[in-house]
Formats: sequence, C-alpha cells, structure tokens
Amino acid sequence: MRDVAVIGIGMTKWGELWEKSLRDIYVETALMAIEDAGVDHIDSMYIGSMSSGIFVGQEHIASLLADYLGTSPVPSARVETACASGGLALRMGFMEVASGMNDIVLVSGIEKMTDVGGDKATYALGTAADQEYECYHGVTFPGLYALMAVDHMNKYGTTRKQLAEVAVKNHRNGSKNPLAQFPFEVTVDAVLNSVQVADPLRILDCSPITDGAAAAIICPVDMAQKFRDHPVVKILGSGQATDSIALSQRNDISWLESTYRAGKGAYEMAGKKPSDMDLFEVHDCFTIAELCVMEALGMVEKGKSGEAVEKGRTAVNGDIPVNPSGGLKSKGHPVGATGIAQVLEIVKQLRGEAGERQVKDARTGLTQNMGGSGASTVVHIFERD
Amino acid sequence: MTTPSRYWREIPQRYRGEANSCEKCKKKFFPPRLICPKCGNRDLAKAKIADKGKVLSFTIIRVPPSPFKDQAPYAVGIVELKDGVKIMGQIVECDFKDLKVGLPVKIEFRKMFKEGHSGILCYGYKFVPDS
Amino acid sequence: MEGIVGYGAYIPRNRIKVEEIAKVWGADAPSYKKGLMLEEKSVPSPDQDTITMSVEASKNALKRAGIDPIDIGAVYIGSESHPYAVKPSGTVLAEALGATPEVHTADFEFACKAGTEGMFVALNLVKSGAVKYGLGVGADTSQGAPGDALEYSAAAGAAAFVFGKKNVVAEVLDTYAYMTDTPDFWRREYEYYPQHGGRFTGEPAYFKHVTGAARGLMKKAGMKPQDFSYVIFHQPNGKFPFKAGRKLGFSKPQIEPGWLVNKLGNTYSGSSPLGLTSTLDIAKPGDHILLISYGSGAGSDGFILKVTSRIEDVRNLAPLTRDILDQNKNYLEYGEYAKFREKIRKAD
Repeated sequence: MRDVAVIGIGMTKWGELWEKSLRDIYVETALMAIEDAGVDHIDSMYIGSMSSGIFVGQEHIASLLADYLGTSPVPSARVETACASGGLALRMGFMEVASGMNDIVLVSGIEKMTDVGGDKATYALGTAADQEYECYHGVTFPGLYALMAVDHMNKYGTTRKQLAEVAVKNHRNGSKNPLAQFPFEVTVDAVLNSVQVADPLRILDCSPITDGAAAAIICPVDMAQKFRDHPVVKILGSGQATDSIALSQRNDISWLESTYRAGKGAYEMAGKKPSDMDLFEVHDCFTIAELCVMEALGMVEKGKSGEAVEKGRTAVNGDIPVNPSGGLKSKGHPVGATGIAQVLEIVKQLRGEAGERQVKDARTGLTQNMGGSGASTVVHIFERD
Repeated sequence: MTTPSRYWREIPQRYRGEANSCEKCKKKFFPPRLICPKCGNRDLAKAKIADKGKVLSFTIIRVPPSPFKDQAPYAVGIVELKDGVKIMGQIVECDFKDLKVGLPVKIEFRKMFKEGHSGILCYGYKFVPDS
Repeated sequence: MEGIVGYGAYIPRNRIKVEEIAKVWGADAPSYKKGLMLEEKSVPSPDQDTITMSVEASKNALKRAGIDPIDIGAVYIGSESHPYAVKPSGTVLAEALGATPEVHTADFEFACKAGTEGMFVALNLVKSGAVKYGLGVGADTSQGAPGDALEYSAAAGAAAFVFGKKNVVAEVLDTYAYMTDTPDFWRREYEYYPQHGGRFTGEPAYFKHVTGAARGLMKKAGMKPQDFSYVIFHQPNGKFPFKAGRKLGFSKPQIEPGWLVNKLGNTYSGSSPLGLTSTLDIAKPGDHILLISYGSGAGSDGFILKVTSRIEDVRNLAPLTRDILDQNKNYLEYGEYAKFREKIRKAD
C-alpha cells in the first residue's frame, strides 16, 4: 500500500443557501479544493451524499456532478452510509490511491437539504433508521439520541447541564469559524430553555438542517509536494465498522460499538493511541452523541465524558480538544458533507491555518463520522509530516 | 410512507409478535431473521415474543414525523420483554411524569397512524403500563 | 350444550363528564344527569378504534376460554363504526389472534344491535357443527354530533364472546329475534354524524322492540321475569333499561349488575354485550340471565343463558369489567376530546 496525503481542501460558507442548487454548491466547493491542491486534473472522484433523491429528487449525482465540474469522463461514484457518507468517500478514495489504481482523487460530500420542508427533511433523515421497526413507531433521530441520553444519564449520572456544555463549547468554537452556519455563542441557560424536541433533548442540543458541501484532494505522499508547498498531511489510519441499524438491538444503548471498532481499526493502522491525538473532529449530531463518541474512541473512560466536558478538557485549549470547528452543532450538518468538512478542519489545524480556533502545536488529528444512531462509523487519523 | 404490500408483509410481527429463535444460541430474534448473526445457524425455529417487559429507556417526542402529528407529544421507549427480546414502541396511557427506566409494561394492539385521509390504516403494538 | 366458553371486555381509559360537554353548548348539565341518568362517558384515544378494542376484548375472552386460536372457525365484529367503509375489520382481528386462514369472517352493522348479531351467528354456527369455536364481538367508537343529545352518551368499548360446545361458562338455552323496519336513527353514506327521530326513538322504536323481544323469548322458553337472576337491556341512556324492565316486570336488582351506562355511556354495539360481561363477572352457577339488545332501524336479539360452575374457574383470568370501568381513568376537557374525536377542522 502507498502512503496517502491530503493536498487540497475546499468549503464555502454553510447555511440555508437559497440561491444555490446542488450542482452550484458542489462545483464551487470542488473547484476550491482543486485550486488549493494546485493540480491540473483529477483521475477519479467520490461523492458522499445521504439522500439527494429525497432532498432534491435527484439520484445518479456522481455523473451529474462530474459533468458540471467538467471532469467527465473520469470515473465518479456516489457512496452512502447515511450521515457517514462523507467519511466513506474519503475512505474509498484513500483505498484507490493507496492501492495504486489512481493518483489524484477528489473526495467530497454534499447535501442540499432546504428544498424540502421540515416534515420531509425529518422523513429523509429518518430513512437512516429502521423504517419498519423504529420509524413505524414514530421515533425521530432526536428521539433515538434522546433514548441514548436517558440511558447515559441513568447509568452514569450524566447531567442535563453537561449535555448543554457540549453545545456551549461547540458554539464557542464555531463563533470563530467564518464558514459556520451559526457562528455565535450560546449559554447553558439558553440551551436548557430552548424548545423541547425529544426529552431530554432540546433544539439547542440538535445539529441543524444545512445546505453545504466540502471537498478534498488526495494523492500519494511522494507526489504531495509536486504541486504546492502546503505542509503535508498524511492519512495514517482508516477504520470503518457497522452495528445493528435498530438501536433496540444493541447490548448497551449508549455505547457506540461501531465507533469503538472503527476507532480501533484506525488506531491500529496508524500505530497510534487516543492519547497521541492533538485534536478530534467528531460527529456531534446531538450533544449526547459527542459524549458517547468520546467514550467509544477511548478519549475518556466509559461514563466520564460529561465530567470531562464540564471541566473544559475538550475546549480548544483543553487537553483533548474536540470539535474546534464548531462541530455539527454550530458549523451545520449537511449530512453527506459532514465527514469531509471534518477532514477540512483537521487539515487546517495541522497546517496551522485555523486562525483564532487553532489548537496549539497540533500535529495529529482524528475524524469520526457516524451514520444513523451509530450503525455506521468511519474514523480517520491524520498526521503532519 | 408505507405501502400496502410493505405493510402487509410485516403483519405477522406487528399483529401477533411472530419471531424466531436460534436453538443453539438460545437467542430469540424479533423481527425474525434468516440466519443467526452469532453462530450462522440457518435452521431457526418459529417463536413468539413475550407480551410483557420493562422500559430500558424512553423519550417524549415533541416534534413528530407528519403521520404522527395528531398523537404528539407521545412517549417512545425501548422495552426489554420477559424473553430478553428488546423492541421499540410507543408507551401510551402513562402520564409523562410516571415514565421511568424499569417501568413494567405490556403490549396492547393500537392504531399506529393513518395514511392521510384516504390511505390504509396501520396497526401494531404499543406499550401500556402493566399495573 | 353450546354456549359461551370465554368472554372479555375492553374500555378506553379516557372519560368526559356530562358537565364538561354541557358547558361548551350552554346546556343544563343537571337535566341530562337526572333525565338521562348519565354522569360521564368513555372516549377512545386517537390510536383506538373498533378494531383495536375488538382485539383487546377478544384477547381477554381467549384468556378465559383457554383455547387455541387456530380452532376458531368464525370471527364476527358488529359495529356501526368500522374504521373502513370498504375492507373488513374482522380480518385484522382474526390475524391478530392467530385464527387465519381457515376462518369465516364478516363485519356486521345494525346500529347498536350489530354486536349481538355477530354473537347470534357465531353461536348458531357452533350449534350446527359448522365450526368448533365462533367469536362474536360488539364494539364501537360512536360519534354523536357536537351539541346533539347523543354527544352526552356516544361512547367507546368492546365485548367479545367465544362460543363453543365444551367447557362452557354459560349455556345458551334459547335465542329470539324481533324486527321491523323503523327509521328512528340513521347515518347516510359519507355522513360523519348520525341523525335520529328524537322522541320517536322511544316508544315505537326502543321500547316496542325490546319488550317485544323479551316477551317473545320468555314465551318461547316458557319462562317469566322471576326465573332470571339478571337481565341486560341495551342502554342508550340510563333511564331506558329501567323503564323497559318496569314494563316487563323486572326489578332493579336484576338490572343493576349489567347497567354500566351512567359511567360508561352508550357503547352502541358494545352496550348490552358489555353489560353481559359485567353480569357474568358476578353471576353464580345456575343463574339464568336474559340479554336483550336493541338496534335502531330496528330490532332486538334475545338470549337466555344459564351460568355453569366453570364461571368460577375462568372469571379471574382476565380483568373484570367493573374494574376496567372504574380504574385508571383519564378525564378530558372538551378541547382534548374534540381533538381525539377529530371534531376539529385542520389543514392537510
């Protein structure tokens, strides 16, 4: 296998992009990544998208987007593992480059979510859960994560305030990210008094509905400095794992086994352990998710995540910085794009280009991108040469 | 949402809790499976789920999917039945303040939702407190 | 001899008081309470209908019958509120119980008499030997038009009876039917609420058919009111069954155990069948029971039952009807009741 590096990244500001279509958003973002990498062509492309069919009525977007990007006839594939589709696009591209099949691969994620109303968006997201044995009973995604939250609170004494602290921390980070959908701070009180969605979760515990895309260019490490003189960010490890799609089928409702397994795979491949990481970009689709992910990735012991957040350990200047980008909570969550946006943040941090939210001396970083209520996870580990 | 054929296919499970079990692993599957994920056994025996159990976790859905609009707010829980099967379902006939982990519940037959004004009626199981 | 081998009841937990309805329409609650002897009525939740209540009542009946559901050869639900205009309710019930596919199923409708019709047919199929066991259910989620007198009584509930030849808890000694064409109450197709003939629903309708059926059946069986420990009449309100009883020579203590209407309301097809379940809950072996239903349109079915010693063995295998009626109640305000009963016009 060849070593692989990320040599270009692209992302425009996320939010409700009323003026822009799926193809507009994609092309702008992909061109930024190509520009940043300084490459004159690409050999192949992968696009992570969860549900373009429901959100904009368009399947077969791999060819559509290659056409509009002007890269046809290169091979292009859309990949899907619900909200982990972006992370999967990177993994697919990584394997293609590592195997030697192609050299320069564009990996990206996109979701255009605001062309449908709230009801239809809820329905589209719900298709990532078990339609016949979860959605049939009226549960929603906030509901599934609320079930994890109640379990976590019941087992470990995690408090409502600790959940709020996750949102507060991520909004503080996001307020320093000009590309974030909601770049402002929130208070614990604001979270605790926001609209109820699925008890105990409130609207400020939930990531928003977002339009957006993110793109990255990867190539073999030995080619990395051929184009631009960015610091070289290597992909050291890639892990992916699955779990039962229905939350009820898990042995432990608040334990993310797929994240644990994907993390284990990535750590082993990279020859690293959790304490080697300088920062983490994780899938905080809901505040409770960030806590469960911290435990499954071995950042803290099982049951200790709430306390760690409350003590400020996960802040940008803490000992285990989590989501300096603002996370899904503040940055936004165009579901298929999230996994690549995480990569973008890690690359910026490792290059030292993260501005006000820069984690000091960051050299290694990890991304964790999750689908459904944890039935899919993709983890990647990066290191600056 | 659902279609008549998709709905019809799940009737044995939803109306009368049909399951199956791996005799080797002594594990019951609901919904039924074609292969035991643990030991690979494909010779699974017909079974039925227990009709009583206790709540493992619960939430109150305040922002529902559209077919459930008229029912909101409503409680949804994960219940561990007496035979070890864990299933999701609504918990009805219970004041929200009385919901708790460990609450004993039993299955009742209910209407889950209607397909708009003119589509099929979708039935299934919900949980009620077992006093 | 053939008879009832298992019986079961189901009543939703929601209630609305007469005062709460009267308040909305500026009506005089005390006059309804005194005049119609009604205090409150049951209300189904949005997730309950004739089918769901029939399933739960039938499950209770099967607990008492202790039979294998696959041996049920006939499943009949009588109701004037079948959830579908076209598509049977009984198929859902038969599937839920595990009685399919070798089972005869039909939905009955005859205003408030449909429940005893299903019982009548199930019983006679057992009697003829065509089926081993037959299930007859009376269930309704009745709607009275907002502000109409019927709104104070139209309620929800179900009663189910498994008929068979072995291990009966009550033998059916005789049956009878009395029917004429009398338009005292009706609902046209596509109409949401029924209409009725006001006082015309009394003497020429309810009383004529109820007393006609009771007299005809007692004459046929060679019995008189004093031979019965209990009698159950259809209960459109609190007053009518007592008045019918007086006309026929029955006393209050014979009527009261099956008289549920003051706290339950009129459960239409479930009304007299639910009265029978609460009577079986307290009857002793050897007791004779007279059941007279009534359905507008109009007609009455009559049954004479004799309770066996087996009643003592099965009675507590399922919830008693008075317990279901009195426990775990949830009182609704009119707004919530209107929402539950889909009386509020909404956007699509």
